This record gives sequence, C-alpha cells and structure tokens, in this order.
Amino acid sequence: MLAFMTKRLGLAILVALTVSILAFLLLHLSGDPALALAGEGARQADIEMIRKAYGLDRPIVVQYADWLWRIMQGDFGMSVYFKTPAGPLILAKLGTTLMLGVAALGVALAVSIPLGVLAALYKGSIIDRFCLAIAVLGQALPNFFFALLLIMFFSISLRILPVSGSGTWQHFVMPAIALGYYIAPAFMRLIRAGMIEVLSADYIRTARAKGLPARTVIFKHALRNAIVPVVALAAVQLGYLLGGSVVIETIFALDGLGYLAYQSITFKDYPVMQLIVLLLSVLYVLLTLASDIANAWLDPRIRVS
Amino acid sequence: MAERRVKAASSYPLNMFTRTLAQSPRAGMFGMPFKLMAATLVAAGLLFAGGQAHAGKKDDTLRMAYDQAPESVDPYYNNVRVGVIIAANVWDTLLYRDPLTNEYKGQLAKSWTQVDDKTLELELRQGVKFHNGETFDADSVVYTLNFVADPKNKAVTQQNVRWIDKVEKIDQYKVRIISKEPFPGAKEYLSTTVAIHPAKYYAEVGPQGMNAKPVGTGPYKVVDYQPGKAITMERNTEYFKDSPKRQPTIGKVVIRFIPDRQTQMAEVISGGEDFIMHVPKDQAEQLKGMPNLQVLSGNTMRIVFMQMNILDGTPAPQLKDERVRRAIAHAIDREAIIKNIVGEGAQILNTICTPSQVGCTQEGATVYKYDPALSKKLLAEAGFPNGFEIDLAAYRERNQTEAIINYLQAVGIKAKLNFLQYAAMRDMTRANKSSLTHQTWGSNLVNDVSASTPVYFAFGGDDITRDAKVRELLDKGDRTIDPQVRQSVYKEALGIIADKAYAVPLWSLPVYYVANKDVSFKAYPDELVRFWEMSWK
Repeated sequence: MLAFMTKRLGLAILVALTVSILAFLLLHLSGDPALALAGEGARQADIEMIRKAYGLDRPIVVQYADWLWRIMQGDFGMSVYFKTPAGPLILAKLGTTLMLGVAALGVALAVSIPLGVLAALYKGSIIDRFCLAIAVLGQALPNFFFALLLIMFFSISLRILPVSGSGTWQHFVMPAIALGYYIAPAFMRLIRAGMIEVLSADYIRTARAKGLPARTVIFKHALRNAIVPVVALAAVQLGYLLGGSVVIETIFALDGLGYLAYQSITFKDYPVMQLIVLLLSVLYVLLTLASDIANAWLDPRIRVS
Repeated sequence: MAERRVKAASSYPLNMFTRTLAQSPRAGMFGMPFKLMAATLVAAGLLFAGGQAHAGKKDDTLRMAYDQAPESVDPYYNNVRVGVIIAANVWDTLLYRDPLTNEYKGQLAKSWTQVDDKTLELELRQGVKFHNGETFDADSVVYTLNFVADPKNKAVTQQNVRWIDKVEKIDQYKVRIISKEPFPGAKEYLSTTVAIHPAKYYAEVGPQGMNAKPVGTGPYKVVDYQPGKAITMERNTEYFKDSPKRQPTIGKVVIRFIPDRQTQMAEVISGGEDFIMHVPKDQAEQLKGMPNLQVLSGNTMRIVFMQMNILDGTPAPQLKDERVRRAIAHAIDREAIIKNIVGEGAQILNTICTPSQVGCTQEGATVYKYDPALSKKLLAEAGFPNGFEIDLAAYRERNQTEAIINYLQAVGIKAKLNFLQYAAMRDMTRANKSSLTHQTWGSNLVNDVSASTPVYFAFGGDDITRDAKVRELLDKGDRTIDPQVRQSVYKEALGIIADKAYAVPLWSLPVYYVANKDVSFKAYPDELVRFWEMSWK
C-alpha cells in the first residue's frame, strides 16, 4: 500500500509541474502582458517602462524558473492588476468556490441518486429512459444557458432568488443547481449500473426471500453497496467543479476563484493566473489521488495493478 | 396590469428614445451566444415586472452594476472607465471643465494664470477638507503630483502625468506646475483626470493604502470597498459649497461589478440594480418596453475610423495608391450603417478627431460621399478593375466591421476579417503587419486634439502613414500655447490627412444607459456618471 501511494504521489507532483509549465508557456504565447498592463492610452515608451519594471523583458525560461523558485519559498508574487499579494487574494476567494463546489456536488447527488435507483429498478422500461433523459439533459444544456433559464424563472418570474452576488445562502442556490446538474449524469449512470449489478446479487435475493420490505432491500442493502464507487467519483468531480466554476461564477457575479480567474485572464494578470492554474491542478491531482487511494482501500484488486 | 403598463410607457419623454447606443470596450466573452436569450428575458420581464417595488428610491440607495472591476480605486493606478467614474465622484481636480460648454472653471483652485509657456500658477481654495479631516492646501497638490509624475512610482495612467516636470509650493495656497515642454493640454488634464490626494495620508499609506481606504475631497466618500466585488459610497454632507459640482442629493451609491451583461440586464429588470451602462443597442431597444425602466442614450468621445498601412513593407501595397484609398472611402455608406447598426445618436466624421476636442475641426476637409460607382472607377484607374483581396483587422463592434466588409465587397474589394484582442491588433500594427484596421479611439476623455490625431499621425508606433508634413504641423500644434495658431495648424494637418485619404473617418460611438424610471439622470459625451447630479424623481 505504501509503495502504491508513493508512486501515485510522485506521479501527482509531476502532473502538477507539467501543467504549470504548460500554463506558463500558453499564457505568454497568448499576448504581450506589458501591452495589456499599459492600457489603450499608453505610448511605446510607457510600455517599455512597464516591461522593465515587471521583469517581462527576461527570457521566458528565466521567468518560469524564477517564479517556481519563489513559489517554493512561499512567495506567491504580487497581482499586477490588483497590486496586492497574489496568495492572500486567491485564498480569500477559495472559500466561496469551495462552498459552491460542495453545494453543486450536493445537488448532483440529490438528482442522480433517486434517478439512478429508479432507472435501475425499472431497467429497460420507459421510466429508465425518462430518468436517463432528465440526467443527460443536464449535460447537453450548456451551463451558461441553463443558468439564464434559472435566472428567468427564479429571479424574474417568481422573484424569490437574487440574480447575482454572494452575500447570502440564497445567492448560491442557482449557481449550485446550474453547476451540479451538469455533472449529475455521470453519477446517475454509475448508480444505475451499480444498482443493477447489486440487485441481481444473491444476498439481495436472500433479503427479499426473508420477506423484507422493498424499501429496506433497496435503500439499506442494495444502495449502500452500489454507492461505494460514487464516493471515489465524487472526489474527482469536485476537482472538476472547482475548475468548471469559471463560467458560472462569472454569470452570477459570485466572488470566487472562477471569477478571479476570469478577471485575471481578461487583464493578463500573470501571477494570479499562474497561481490559480497551479492551485487548481494541485487540488485536482490531490483529489484524484485521494480517490485512487480510497478505491484501492475499498477494492484490493486495484492495488495489485 | 395591462392598462398600467401602457400608462407608464407613454409617460416617457419620447426624445429619450430617438437617440442611440454604444458598446463597451469589452463586449464580454459571454455576450454573443446570449442574444437569443435577451429577447426571452425581456419578454419574461414584461410579463412579471408589473408589481415591481423600487428598492433604490425607498432606501435612498442608487445601485449601479458595471462589468469591469478596477484594479485599484486610486485614479492614477487604473485605466478602466469605472475607475474614472469613481474618481470623479470621490475626488476633485484643480480645475473643472463644464461638460456642456467645455469652459474651464476653478474647482480646488480658485484661479490660474499662465506665467510662461511651461508654467501655470494656481491660487488654491481655502477651507476645503478631505474625507478624513485633513486640510487641502498647497502640500496636497505638491505631494500628489510630484509623486505620481515620478516614473519610479509606476502610475498606470502615465499619459495623464508624464507631461509634469515638477510642482512647486509658492505659499500655503499657491502652487506652480511646470511642464517638461510647452503643453497646451495641461488645463485639460488638470480638469479631468489629475485628482488631488491628501498629502499626509498619501505619504503614509501610498497607492495601496489609498486603494484599501480611498480618501478624497469629492461629493461622495467611500465607506466600504471590496476589491473586485463592490464599492459603497455615501454622500459627503460637508462637500465644499463653492465647487462647480452640484451638492449631492442621493444618500448612498453602490457599484457592483457584474461581468456578464445578461446578468446585469436581469438585475435591472428584477429591480436588483437601478442603473447600467454600455448596453448593446438591440437589447437596450427591447428594454424600452419595460414599465419600470428608462433607456437613455448619448454621444461619446470615442471615434471610429479605418487605418490604412502605406509604410514600406506593407502587406497591402495597393493602399499606397491614393486612388485606392479614396475608393475605399467612397465605398462605405456611413449614413446607412449609422442608421441601422451604430445607432442614431452617432455622428458622421470627416476628420480623425473627436468633434468636441479643442483644435478638432471638420471644416475644409475633403468629404468622401457614398458613391460605389466612383469607387469602382477609381479602382479601375488604379489598375484594379476587378478589385483585390485584403485583410481587415478589428477588435470591437464586430457588427460594424461586417457591414463595412459588405460595402467593400460590393465594389470588388474582398476583405477578410481578422478579429483580435486590442493588444494583439496593436502589436500587429506596430510590427507593420496590418493592412486595413477598424480602429476606435476614446482619447482617454481628454478634450484636446493633441490626445487623438497625433497618436495616429505623429510618427508614433501607431502611425502607419507617416507624412512628414503632417507630423510637423501636429508637433507645432502640440507645443504651441496660442489657441489661434493651434487651431490653424491642426486644421491644416487634418486637411492633408483627409485630402490624401490616409484614413477613413467613420463615426462617433453612442452609448446606451438603462436605469430605473425613478432615477433622474443626464448623459454626457464623456461617459462620466455624475452621481452628484442625479436625484430621485
């Protein structure tokens, strides 16, 4: 188990490092940061001055090495746009995004578990098809479009939820639904498949034969076993949710990491962008690692390979 | 409910709707796919907006949404529009430019005299206090201006301060501002963008502290600021009575940063926000039908034109022929494009400058009327009877670019659209890789021609025609104090540019505002939102 974890951890670090190099390169290829910083009214001399002041005139390899070295020393750099340290800036926004991610995960599970169970119970029937259709719709609808439908319904027609902002829990309802619905199909399929497998197992037949009520058989015996792989998937999906919140946070003006990412991309705020990419990739890698380990712990067969 | 709606709609002054739109510097990455949604949103809003409660008026708080957050609220450390809006409300400048007459008045300064070509002496107002209680005097001016003009302090708005050589204190209420060279634009900057900070506080906390807790002398004081999220301002009840800015009446103003335009629209429809600006024309027109909203539009200082690269090594050598350039100018029906796409508030331009700018004139400039037959004839004379292919770069108002492309196509010029980010298009121009570019320029709100024409024709990085005579004239204008001489040299330079068709002047951009009908508001070409002038109806 220890060897397995060490190997996984080493791999995880390599992945995070590669992602950071790629991000650094792509960001620099996408345009001259000095131009963006200087703004529309600047003249050539102003741009040169800014380029020198921010060290953007050095070779890109040097810039990357310098950046990585500072990160390892705990110096996360200054946001060139907000002119404040990038570390605290990002940390302050992380809470909102985590809250949104967890809420969205909750929505996804609340939608997918009943649908998955229902679909498995009525496998191959119209009900199965219908459940699948509802779940797939979540994935088929672009989430920004779905978000607008939600705004129209809850904020403009019913006037029960605020359109945008992040002041109260009500502000998180629509973003969590918009984000969570999108990942629901993956869970739903997993639960359906798990339930179908478990329902045909011997011990379920035994439980039924004992004369237990259907509800007890389904929820207590079958679902408990079918839901195990979902735990592992949830960890990975949470990583996706954190990264995928850029669009949703921007639409709902939720002051989180995704919105900050959008802003830093718009204003070519390199230190912040790089740090967000690094943070998200590390989080994603960690969550994947956690799910690997959880899987291995739950299912010894995985450890062998 | 239907009856009420009709009544509300008919109570709008009609002339408010006859003017028109503009678009923002950034239309938003999520803007386009939502066009369809907008109509639905509006329709839904119409159905349910009847019982709307207007929270803004009730709690005396004006709520505005804006798409970009400023990087800093210190006016010298941001270059976004909302930063200028906040600055004008929280800070004051030494002089004040009347937005209607363009006449200069004293604000923090009582009077001023031009000592020599480079020196301006200002007599300061006494008894003005900053929001933190500090007294305004010569030290405030000397410290602020010497600090921001020093390149070491990395002011983001270099163009606003780099002309300042030094500022000297004569006595407690008298200062001299000395420019590096004779600078006729000085009063313009001193009356619009050069805000004055409290010396002691600014020395203590610097730009970062000024951003965290902004302090000015203006009609509104900042009471809460959450970077990237919202800024809350309160009426400054002790605002000095002699200011040319009116005493503020609205108690509280909250600006929230909402990046997505459709979200902003949903907010004003649902009554969550009272005021938004830079609403695209088509969407603003749909919002006109809402009973709880008013739609206002106004002209802006932003001009639209096409640049043509005639430098050596240009990717489009055919542009070197004056007949080809004239043919391009004659091919575009500006009136029709303004009517159908840009909006009725726009103004046709014949020279490359903002009409309200000192030194800008349309007089005597060659006018290129829409005449596709003449355009084709000119192309044939130049050796292109069947037209040619050319690249056309653009970075905003794509619908306008597309209209231009259609008109060019009609005379045989097949323009290929290259839609870019502003910085990328600018890189391309400066690397001599552009052919035709669809340019816009806002002059950073400076109402003097030295802030527009020379940027594109005085041999700077963005000058891709480089006429030595034009440069000579513009340089002379930029360094002469005598208004008559300036007027005549600029007129001559603009005349040459028009005559040789170095660029195609198109139109000025209008802007649309959507506000709750309780808000009394006036639109100005400088796109400044003057909260101190606004009130509840």
